[in-house]
Amino acid sequence: MKPKSIENKLAVNKYDIDKERHIRIKEDICQTCKEHPCTYACPADCFKSREGKITFSYEGCLECGSCRIVCDKDAIEWALPRAGLGICYQYG
Amino acid sequence: MNQKFDAIVVGAGPAGCACGLTLAKAGLETLIVERGKFAGAKNMWGGAFYGPALYELFTDFWEEAPVERYITRHKYSLLTEKASLSVDFTSKKFCHPPYNGFSVLRSQFDRWFASKAEQAGAVVAAGLEAEDLLWEGNTVAGIKAGGDELPTNVVVACDGVNSILAEKAGLRGKISPRDIKQGVKEVIQLPRQVIEQRFNLHGEEGIAWEFLGSISRGIPGGAFIYTNKESLSVGIVVQLDKLAEKEVSANELLDDFKRHPEVENLLAEGQLVEYSAHLVPVGGKSMMPTLYADGMLVAGDAAGFTLATGLVLEGANFAMASGKAAAETVIRAKKTGDFSEQSLAHYPVLLEQSFVMKDLETFKRAPRLLENPRFYHQYPELACELAEKIFTNNGITRKKIWKVLRESQKGKISLWQMIRDLLRIKRAV
Repeated sequence: MKPKSIENKLAVNKYDIDKERHIRIKEDICQTCKEHPCTYACPADCFKSREGKITFSYEGCLECGSCRIVCDKDAIEWALPRAGLGICYQYG
Repeated sequence: MNQKFDAIVVGAGPAGCACGLTLAKAGLETLIVERGKFAGAKNMWGGAFYGPALYELFTDFWEEAPVERYITRHKYSLLTEKASLSVDFTSKKFCHPPYNGFSVLRSQFDRWFASKAEQAGAVVAAGLEAEDLLWEGNTVAGIKAGGDELPTNVVVACDGVNSILAEKAGLRGKISPRDIKQGVKEVIQLPRQVIEQRFNLHGEEGIAWEFLGSISRGIPGGAFIYTNKESLSVGIVVQLDKLAEKEVSANELLDDFKRHPEVENLLAEGQLVEYSAHLVPVGGKSMMPTLYADGMLVAGDAAGFTLATGLVLEGANFAMASGKAAAETVIRAKKTGDFSEQSLAHYPVLLEQSFVMKDLETFKRAPRLLENPRFYHQYPELACELAEKIFTNNGITRKKIWKVLRESQKGKISLWQMIRDLLRIKRAV
């Protein structure tokens, strides 16, 4: 079985996507970071580095909390999606 | 919900359900709030479960709990890029009640567990999030959830590894990524007969197969395959802070693992049905938060109760046992009507008497031992190279095994280093 791209993996999951984004990046602090550990720590590849700037897409978030733990600059405003929304595991 | 509950349990995972069930059985008015659409919607684990804490709550639980297969085969493999060296244990003893372990999927299991708490009289409110604590001076007096204020005598935070409530109560500071392992998992569907043929299983038997070596690129951690009825749980668990250091994501490591020659054929023609991720608190006693405050207790992953010894990585038993101990503390406090810090200090006393604190104390040196990169790189390589040399038949005069070992070990790891590691293993696990 050929490995799927992360987008195709997330596509099989069941989500009820919140209209509001639950995680925000404090850009001014984020820009002072060179290592961007979030880009490796996020298992859903939600953090992408484009020309040194981090963009974040919240839709595929698995709500694991890795990003807020590895971000030693506290540049992530972390919360969970509102009750009942977000990832909804059918197997787990 | 205008009624004042004796206790509000936050989170309907193994800790919260065990706690809520025990409270309700004792006749306390209990509310369990769960932010997922249903209990289990936000939860995942590897999928092999060894159930002493559940036996205590339900004798014969396998008769009614949604277990997938009985674990009757345990296999450990050391991997290099091209080779694999395994220990494979199976016992017919594990095929009969009370069994030894089970493969379990959380989405079904947590729902079942929450329904048991409900049957015992607890109110389970799924799709409700505890956004904040309610305070009366320095005492926790309830929660804020869904725009309502819900007062109670005790809040039991069973809200998992990212416990927002323990943080809001000031019981826990920032977690170090060094104390966290990240697990990612794919559930891969295959027909029942195919699984049984590929893994040499009969009927309801199942395998728990752990892998160590090149697959984690020197990052402390390992991979696993567990068999379910009609799917495989395939995943990898790695130390969170090392991912950025090695510039790799756990998802990439999992893809590499799935391509390994030992693994690839086992998954052939399988269909991915879910990709999930979860964190495991592995710091042991050193990362434990303050466990109680006026009107509040912390249990399960929220309290960092996970045992990692290298051969076992288990949290669910610790979650259930700590949830039960928290409930017993609340039941005792209810008798005197005293829910202060002094009264709730009974909780760590109960934990000290159970395997929860005893095991964490016994293995308190294990978390740092397991950070040793040689376990994930040099030793698996050495073992596989040794096996390869012993089995290679190329007409060259054979040497004694000790000599082969000395040759293989040179340049990889010194004899002195090996002895020191052995002593460290003896001390820690």
